[in-house]
Amino acid sequence: MKRLLFILPIIAFVGLAGFLGYGLTQDPKELPSQLIDRPLPEFALPGIDGPDLASASFRGEPRLLNVWASWCAACPQEHPVLERIAQEGFPVYGIAWKDKPDDSRAFLARFGNPYSGLGMDQSGRTAIDLGVTGAPETFVVDKKGRVRFKIVGPISPEQWEGEIKPLMQQLRAEA
Amino acid sequence: MRAWMSILPLWGRCRPQGGGGGGALRSESPLRPLGTSPRGGGFLASHGSARKGNGVAWLLLTLILAAPAAAVMPDEMLPDPAQEQRARTISKDLRCVVCQNQSIDDSDAPLARDLRLLVREQIAKGKSDAEVRDYVVARYGNFVLLKPPVEGDTLLLWAGPFAVLILGGVGVALWQRRRPAATTDAPLSDAERAELDRLS
Repeated sequence: MKRLLFILPIIAFVGLAGFLGYGLTQDPKELPSQLIDRPLPEFALPGIDGPDLASASFRGEPRLLNVWASWCAACPQEHPVLERIAQEGFPVYGIAWKDKPDDSRAFLARFGNPYSGLGMDQSGRTAIDLGVTGAPETFVVDKKGRVRFKIVGPISPEQWEGEIKPLMQQLRAEA
Repeated sequence: MRAWMSILPLWGRCRPQGGGGGGALRSESPLRPLGTSPRGGGFLASHGSARKGNGVAWLLLTLILAAPAAAVMPDEMLPDPAQEQRARTISKDLRCVVCQNQSIDDSDAPLARDLRLLVREQIAKGKSDAEVRDYVVARYGNFVLLKPPVEGDTLLLWAGPFAVLILGGVGVALWQRRRPAATTDAPLSDAERAELDRLS
């Protein structure tokens, strides 16, 4: 009994250290999305030199919805991956967040345009509805217009191959 | 190690820029003391001993005047003071998702401004305080509440300190009971009494 009392604080300490140590491996900046398995919030955004982008059009096939901006430093880094995704036949749609149309145009002229459709969210209201905290953020939307996955930060080629592409293929196979 | 590496790309994430330059710097500072205007530097410049008292007075004055200022701009405010007050109260409990440890009422970040405007817009629409809070929570989750609600996954957070206190109390009680009853004085033995007599 006495030995147990002696060991108890050590067990408590190890438990606490393990718990806090686990906390250190978690990124507090990565917030869970509220939208997972819920329908895409409604939006109807004006396009850039093209048709408008509305949430109602996200039906029939799984798509990616990428929130980006010309002022975003990580977006050019992600852009080649988006181009590759589009080339592989997976539709990528974009929302330019709090961006000037001219700046968005210049960005697309310089880095290419992988987007099947684009919407301008100049007020930032749609981004708030999507729970966006920074650019880039990408949502995986299924055939029924529900958000199934959210990627915070630029998509890496490894992440596309290993995580998102299999998910997109699985969503395609869904009824 | 892998978990750490996965965080790295996030450093490159972007936030919308503010209206003016230096917005990023300002949004980082947790406090904006009112009293510390460039004029306040006057006492720092006075090295002479004759002005020392003056300097102390300045220091005291600046410290007294130093108070955290809200980030709400006049153009954001609602015309109705009562509604504006409600908006301020709600804003103080909502976390700025970009800066994380500031409320949107304190933060200069553009996203915080957008959320402040959103809160005011909802209030102007006639929504109740709870409805406005729910509106924001529906988008950003309980994380935006600086005071999280008591729920299953926050139970540890709320009950943890009390659990530790009770456990500690039980521990102390057990320890007290287990202690040998050394406090009751045994009468001195004859040898001890003799020794005591010899000493005194």
